[in-house]
Amino acid sequence: MIVKAVGHRLLQAVLVALAVGVLTFLLTGMLPGDMAFRIAAGRYGYDHVTAAAAEAVRAELGLDRPAAMALGHWLWDLLRFDLGDSLVSGDPVVEEIAHQLGHSARLALTAILLSTLLGLPLGILAGLRPGGLVDRASLVLATALRAVPQFVVGILLILLVAVGLGALPVAGHDSAAHGLLPALTLALGMAAVSSRVTRDATLAVVRSPYYAFARTKGLPERAAFLRHGLRNIGVPVLAYQGVQLVYLIEGVVVVETLFAWPGIGHALVHAVIARDVPMIQGTALVMGLTFVLLNGLVDLACAAIDPRRAQA
Amino acid sequence: MLGALGIGAIAAFALAPSAASALDRTLSIVAPWEIGSTDPSKSGYVFTRLEVAETLLDADDSGQPRPALAASWTVSDDRLTWRFRLRDGVRFHDGTPMTAEAAAASLRHALGKPGPLKQAPVAAIDADGGEIVIRLSEPFGPLPATLAHNSTLILAPAAYAENGQVTQVIGTGPYRIERLEPPQRLVAARFPDYWGAKPAVERIGFLAAGRGETRALMAESGDADIVFTLDPASQKRLRGNRKLQVHAVPIPRTVALKVNAGHPFLQDVRAREALSLTIDRAGIAAAILRTPDAAAGQLLPPSLPEWHVAGLPPLGRDIARASALLAELGWTKGADGILERGGQPFRLTLRTFPDRPELPLIATAIQDQARAAGIDLRVSIGNSSDVPAGHRDGTLELALMARNFALIPDPLATLLEDFGPEGGDWGAMGWTEPRMAAVLAELRDATDPARRAELRRQAVTLLQAGLPVIPVARYQQTAAVSKRVEGFTIDPFERSYRISSLRWAP
Repeated sequence: MIVKAVGHRLLQAVLVALAVGVLTFLLTGMLPGDMAFRIAAGRYGYDHVTAAAAEAVRAELGLDRPAAMALGHWLWDLLRFDLGDSLVSGDPVVEEIAHQLGHSARLALTAILLSTLLGLPLGILAGLRPGGLVDRASLVLATALRAVPQFVVGILLILLVAVGLGALPVAGHDSAAHGLLPALTLALGMAAVSSRVTRDATLAVVRSPYYAFARTKGLPERAAFLRHGLRNIGVPVLAYQGVQLVYLIEGVVVVETLFAWPGIGHALVHAVIARDVPMIQGTALVMGLTFVLLNGLVDLACAAIDPRRAQA
Repeated sequence: MLGALGIGAIAAFALAPSAASALDRTLSIVAPWEIGSTDPSKSGYVFTRLEVAETLLDADDSGQPRPALAASWTVSDDRLTWRFRLRDGVRFHDGTPMTAEAAAASLRHALGKPGPLKQAPVAAIDADGGEIVIRLSEPFGPLPATLAHNSTLILAPAAYAENGQVTQVIGTGPYRIERLEPPQRLVAARFPDYWGAKPAVERIGFLAAGRGETRALMAESGDADIVFTLDPASQKRLRGNRKLQVHAVPIPRTVALKVNAGHPFLQDVRAREALSLTIDRAGIAAAILRTPDAAAGQLLPPSLPEWHVAGLPPLGRDIARASALLAELGWTKGADGILERGGQPFRLTLRTFPDRPELPLIATAIQDQARAAGIDLRVSIGNSSDVPAGHRDGTLELALMARNFALIPDPLATLLEDFGPEGGDWGAMGWTEPRMAAVLAELRDATDPARRAELRRQAVTLLQAGLPVIPVARYQQTAAVSKRVEGFTIDPFERSYRISSLRWAP
């Protein structure tokens, strides 16, 4: 079953790679504005973007060749695991992404960890006492956090924790402490939803016949929860982490820019502005494949902890 | 939840001392501009500003060339051969001596890439003894200023790959790069073998933070010692902070409307004058820039005394006069308050871009102000490259830009680019003024100071009369500086952050 699942994900990865490559290529081609001028603006800054600079870029990069040929080149290079060079910096895309992916992964992992630490206990507490104070308060908090844009959440956190308390640095990426505020910004938004999912899952488990039976047969509350509750709550919560990944990847783009964090979201935004096609294709590809990989891992983890499947 | 926050806070406190150790006191600088590349033609400004690499010449506060890596220079009688004598005893950061051959090779690399040097009439660059010899195909007065531009940085031979790509920045400046992490981070330490005075600050860290809010908050929290480019709202708040000093200096960058003078609506100078008369410069300066004296009455600022004509009547607002001029041109007000002529409404697209955050705001203010005279502007916010691209394909009608007239410290070079006979990507469009071409051509090579002053006055007066670009406001360079730092000044030519002249407060 695992072999089949992995094979399925691999096929999905290949399809994602193809779709990302072709789509980003077509979409960037459809964007308004002259590509040579855009790249020149990205390279030389707006004081120096002139027709002469744009012509030099056009000649250097061979931008006049047919689009189909350029796409063919990209696919052929991809087969040889070569993502090409950035049109702006001239450096290999792989090197730039390797630098940025590490930063983004650190940010994302810390965010997932923090959101679990925040959302899971809160959701369980709320689910055990539905309608209670924790439940109502966390509903209000979750709604508010989810309704406010991440950008604003980030600024409020900076104001409160960094400027007000002086406990953490505002922005940058020199030390581990620099990563906490951006990760917390992402984590709060994720925990807002996962705490509600956990709460509903807890409630469903607590009200289920098997849980009632466990208690009827005389298991103490604590043992019943640990043995029959927690694992059953884990399945929908973990499955929901897959959905959260979309939010996480979206959020990374915003949060990295706000906190001057050199990640892949930041790179993608700049590449789109500068019309740096290999860089756009490379970052989109890596983001797409990461998504497939993480979804695959979530599936495997769900299968591993689901008590129903283990018995089947 | 509190537990998790607690863990975070403990981690933060555990790590904080190592980040702010007093042993290696690092001066932290934050600015919006990213380090896109190691190549001087692309990101040279970062390495000049952080004093990592240097040019042959420098500029003083009034823009006059002064010696840097070149100790002196001469020009031949036919004004075609320039000789630059290099300073002795200069070493690159890799320990190799700066020879004339190495410096000439750097300049030839710059000549092969887009930039001001490529646009100068350079025929050959050679090394001759301890001198660099630059031969021109025609006289070009602003050559010394061109050699102060950051795309002409002098780097060691080992900085270049065989194909001419710059692989690492090995300069001659007082600071040597320790860590370069494009696009955002650079750490540099004092270079012990620097030829000039030894700076007081040992280490510097540079961070590019694109968001204005982030930069302001970094200044406020004390995370950064120097923060450049503050948005007007933050400036006001930071001025109230006792730990900070806020500096603002007008720089030779002018916010102006680039006008397509070939457009049927704007061909007549009276139409351009009318458009100029609708603009409330004082209002824009006070309300948007929060600097009431930033209104621009003429194209070049008083900070460039040679190029600012004192007696020239300043551009201002007069809706009645604007309406009268437009009536002369046959425009009549329609039912919706918009002018019409021959069934066509007076409707134009004003393009601008957000690289300088004030531009979109000023554009919408101008849109509102022009409407008072019946001119309907549509603001289109795009990429900076849309302006030169629109110039070239003829589709540009109006553009709001912030043009730096001292990219090269001598504004003549930029004026030649913008107002030459063909116009320029960031200058005149569809504007033919033979007198302007003649004045600039003579200025390019005139040597008599009195004659040069007269020619400059004529050039500025012609621009004020013809309005191929309509000045709106002066740009300010701003910085918030921690009181831990002393001796801070802003370079009006944006060439250097002047870190080497800073010291820590006792």
